[in-house]
Formats: sequence, C-alpha cells, structure tokens
Amino acid sequence: MNLFGCCILKLKHFKIFEMNILVYIDLQNGRPRKSSAELLTYAQKLAGEGSVTALILGQSSEDVSGLGVFGAQRILQVSTQELTHFDGLVFGHIISEAAQFTGSQVVLMSFDHSGKAVAPVVAAKLSAGLVAGATGLPQGMQFPVKAFSGKALANVNVLTEKIVVALTPNSIQAEKNGTSVAVESWTPSEIPTSKIKVLSVNKNTTDIPLPEAEKVVSGGRGLKGPENWGLIEDLARELGAATACSRPVSDIGWRPHHEHVGQTGITIRPNLYIAAGISGAIQHLAGVNSSKTIVVINTDAEAPFFKAADYGVVGDAFEVLPKLTQAIKKFKADQA
Amino acid sequence: MNILVCIAKAPDTTTKIKFNSEGNSLDGNGVSWIVNPSDEWYALVRALELKEAAGQGKVTIVTVGTAEDDSIIRKALAVGADEAVRINLSPSNATSVAQQIAAWVKGQSYDFILTGKETIDFNGSVVGGLLAAYLDWPYIPLIEKLNVVQGTASMSRDIGGGTEEVEVQGPFVASATKGLAEQRIPNMRGIMAARTKPITVIEPQSFPVTIEYVNFSLPPEKGACKIIDADNMDELVRLLHSEAKAL
Ligand SMILES: Cc1cc2nc3c(=O)[nH]c(=O)nc-3n(C[C@H](O)[C@H](O)[C@H](O)COP(=O)(O)OP(=O)(O)OC[C@H]3O[C@@H](n4cnc5c(N)ncnc54)[C@H](O)[C@@H]3O)c2cc1C
Ligand SMILES: Nc1ncnc2c1ncn2[C@@H]1O[C@H](COP(=O)(O)O)[C@@H](O)[C@H]1O
Repeated sequence: MNLFGCCILKLKHFKIFEMNILVYIDLQNGRPRKSSAELLTYAQKLAGEGSVTALILGQSSEDVSGLGVFGAQRILQVSTQELTHFDGLVFGHIISEAAQFTGSQVVLMSFDHSGKAVAPVVAAKLSAGLVAGATGLPQGMQFPVKAFSGKALANVNVLTEKIVVALTPNSIQAEKNGTSVAVESWTPSEIPTSKIKVLSVNKNTTDIPLPEAEKVVSGGRGLKGPENWGLIEDLARELGAATACSRPVSDIGWRPHHEHVGQTGITIRPNLYIAAGISGAIQHLAGVNSSKTIVVINTDAEAPFFKAADYGVVGDAFEVLPKLTQAIKKFKADQA
Repeated sequence: MNILVCIAKAPDTTTKIKFNSEGNSLDGNGVSWIVNPSDEWYALVRALELKEAAGQGKVTIVTVGTAEDDSIIRKALAVGADEAVRINLSPSNATSVAQQIAAWVKGQSYDFILTGKETIDFNGSVVGGLLAAYLDWPYIPLIEKLNVVQGTASMSRDIGGGTEEVEVQGPFVASATKGLAEQRIPNMRGIMAARTKPITVIEPQSFPVTIEYVNFSLPPEKGACKIIDADNMDELVRLLHSEAKAL
C-alpha cells in the first residue's frame, strides 16, 4: 500500500516536471543556423512549465528577436569583438556561466561542428551528464541516440542533476509556438582569452552545410568521372539540396573530402537522400540510413542499396538524372 | 617531441551489429575488432610522421580498455607507436574515458594529444573536447593538417563548409580527420617489433557515473523498395510529394 502510494506521488511529480533550459544558438555568417528553430522547439517541449532562454555569442548581422517565435522566452546576446572567432573552450566557458546565471538544468546545442566542440566543455564545467547526438525527446531521463554508426539505436540514461544535450540536426520538426521577444545584451563576468590564434578563414561555400541539409543528392563511382557531376549539381540546385558523395569518389579526388558521407565520413539524416551510381556498401549506409526517404538510381537491380531504399530506379544515371531534374522543374512550375 | 595518441577499439566496419537478449550490450560473437579508423589512419600516422621528421621524440598510445584490448593495442604498436598505456577499465562512455586519460596525462609531460574524429561505435566525437576541458588545454577539432615548428603548432581545421588556419603554442588536444595522413599498413618487421614493445597497465581512478547506455536495439526494417520505371520520373516526383512528403 505504502509502496503504491509512493509510486503515484512520483508519477504526479513527473507530470509537473519543469526544467529551465539554456539553448546555445550558433551563428553562421552572422545569422542563427537553421537548426536554431529545431533546438528551440525541442527545448520548449522539454521545458514543460520551465523557461527557455536562447544565448547568442557574437555579433549578429540581422535582428534575432524572431527566435522567440520558436519558443525562446528570453534571448541573451554577448556581442563583443572577442567572440568573432569560435573557440570551444572560450564559448563553453561563457555558456556555462550563462547556465548558472539563468538557473538552467539543461543546456542544449546542435550536434554539429561547433556543438561538438562546446558541449564537452560545458559538460565538464557543470559536471553534467553529456548526451552526444540525441535524436528525439527523452522518456523520463532516457534520451534516444544512435550508436554503431546508425546501425543501432540506444537510450542514454542521465544520472546527474545537470544535463548537456547535443541534438542531431533534423531530429524534430520546428514549430512556431511563441512571439518575438526583446534581445537582452548580457555581459559575462569573464571572457577567457583564446589560446588559439586564427590566421585565416576560407569558406568554400555559403550553402547549407551537409549535416543540416534537408535534401541531399549524392553520387558514387557509377558517375564515371568529375566531369559528370553537373548532373548531380543540376538536380541538387533544382531541389535546393546539398551534394554528397561516396568515399572512393572523394579518395580519388573527384569531389572534396567534406562531401564524403558514411561510417568514416559525415553522418547525415536529411528528409530526402538521392543516391546515383552508389552500390550501397555497409559503410556507406551507416552514414545515410537514418534519412527519412531514400531514392536509389543504379543500373544494377541487384545493388545492395535497393534493400535500404524507399524508391528505386533501375537505370542509367546519365539518363535518369536529367529526366528527374526535368520532372522536378515541371512539378515546381505546376505548384507555383 | 612527446606525443600522446588516443586509440579506441571498434567493431570492424563490415560488422552486422547484434545485441544480447537484455539489449544492454553488444553480442560480441563473430565480431572482429579493429583500431578505430580515424585514430589509426590519421592521428597515429601523423604523430609518427612528425616524430620521424623531428628525428627524435616518442609516440605513446593510450587506450581505456580491458586486457581483451591488448591485441588492438599491438596492432597500433605494429603501425609504429613506441609504447602503450592501457587504463584498465571497460569504456562505458566518453566522459569516463576522458576523465581517466586526463588523470593519467596530469602526471606526464606530453607536447600535445591527438584523438580520432570519432569512434564508430559511440560516434560522440566528444572525448577530445572533454579531455581538453579537464586539462584546460585548447582543443582544435577536425584537423586536416598539422605541423610543429619550434613549439608552435600550425593546423588547418574543417569548420563545415570551409577551413580555418590556426596556430597554437603550448600543449593542446586536436582531433584528426581525413587528409591529415595516409593509412600505413604495418609490415612484418613492425608486427614483430610490436610483440616486445611495452604496454603499461594502470588501474583506473574512480569518478561518479554521469550517464549509462541502456536498451540497445536495431532500427526498424525498411519496407520493400518501390521500383519506379526509369522513363516515368513524373511518377517518382508524385510519390515523393504525396506519399513520402519529401517535396
Ligand atoms: C574501413 C572502411 C571504411 C569505409 N567507409 C566508407 C564511407 O564512410 N563511405 C563510403 O561511401 N564508403 C566507405 N567505404 C567503402 C565502401 O566499402 C565501398 O567501397 C564504397 O562505398 C563504394 O563506393 P561506390 O558505391 O561509389 O562505388 P562502387 O561500389 O564501385 O559502386 C558503383 C555503383 O554504381 C553503379 N553504376 C555503374 N554505372 C552506373 C550508371 N551509369 N548509372 C547508375 N549506376 C551505375 C554500379 O552498379 C555500382 O552499384 C569504407 C570501406 C572500408 C573498408
Ligand atoms: N576507450 C578509449 N580509449 C582511448 N581513446 C578513446 C577511447 N574512446 C574514444 N577515444 C578517443 O576519442 C576519440 C573520439 O571518440 P568519441 O567521442 O567516442 O567519438 C576517438 O577517435 C579516440 O581517439
């Protein structure tokens, strides 16, 4: 009887669960990344009755009060020159102080280049449990993650009072659930000096980075040579997609390293992944098998990739890709 | 030049993953183990190249793992590392791995530490960052180039859609990615020499547990693939729009 009562109390307690959450918003070319809306939507759902604060480090090139629309109740910005260059140690230090300042139990960031560098620092400073690469909302204190390069799912049970969660891009549909709020400028007590001297920055693209892209068109050795990549790029442009490739393609130098997806390359989970001339080796699948919809174009009906695909076209990429690009053009014209 | 390289054990990339019936650990039957690819191919090889170019120094590898991992350590020694340290604990999560390595490093004098980009089993890509945070050293993730001249390290790192050239003085932690070096296949001499290279085993320190991995499972199987006629791309677009909601 007693035990039973205790359980009910616990359940009730769970219902009125509330957590204050600090969301680190990363700027790309002075603008919040696309993942910001996903992070804030996630935070709002996780917070329950608790509060959601967005933290921006560095100077932004546009008005950021719109972050409130996705659930930020408060927006703090530290806009000093010193934060022009990203340094995980420096940024992590400030984020940790902001977490204390806002009384946040959870610190949330994107599981991307900068998130992977700040999350460990914040976790170390706050003695927080670190969930690297959450793929959805938790059940109790158990957060879903991928393991074994996407070949398996797991849950991470967090035992600490404070939690750092790095959320995999494209894990949640962004929702507009609030209104814009004023941006408060905030000054941390200390901004450590970076020990990393940045000599130069070379951006090779202003496009959406591959891990954040919602659509990806990818080519493999079946495309025969770099001169044929126009076929991939035309389709990608029509779709507003990023481009990717299999490992041998980047090894031979047909495409740059940063486009290589798979177990030893980048892991992506776009809404749509179109693969042309890629056989679908297990190491390639490991990087793309979480994509929501997979389309495979291959001359060989026995190519292993078809087993992992939603839609398959058995045919020559040199003919199919232009036809698909045309069909998308037509579809867009009809929609307009 | 005194370099530490963090080496993890990983299931071979072709492994079909299975779990025990409780779903709390990997079913190791039939799994063959390798040195985690980015640790071996990029981090370790670049460390060896720098030592060779300097004509002096030492490359030490460190693994948090049990005696079962000695065969993996020997593989890395066969590639050319001088000696190994094994912290005798089955690795359960990135925080614990980094705490153990940081505790070891505090009593040593390494010039810098290299990790791989990520392990292919936990895929956290956070051990390097955690290690740097515990040591209060700068952390440079995803380096594609590394040179050290008179105590100044210059690096090129992937920042997603571009690269950044940076310089660091004093000790640092960096994670190695593609481009940093080319894989080296160990030769017979290396394999023989590895048998007698020292592996120092140290006992782990105790830290509070922060997280635990529970309920491993396999992702749901895909339904059958719909085959679309190569001459009917309008049909594919229609399905992507109305059925898959991907357009
Ligand atoms: C340790 C390790 C790690 C690895 N990591 C990765 C990784 O991260 N990512 C990765 O991609 N690979 C990785 N690989 C390599 C992987 O095993 C495969 O070799 C690779 O993915 C094959 O690339 P591909 O499909 O482009 O080429 P191929 O296997 O050569 O396949 C080409 C495909 O194109 C088809 N084709 C040919 N002509 C046409 C045409 N005209 N139109 C349409 N289709 C055509 C063929 O039928 C074939 O299926 C790894 C391997 C190892 C050992
Ligand atoms: N058990 C371990 N022992 C030593 N180094 C490790 C271990 N686990 C991970 N590492 C290192 O940390 C890097 C990143 O690991 P992860 O954060 O798990 O993706 C790896 O590439 C290794 O260099």
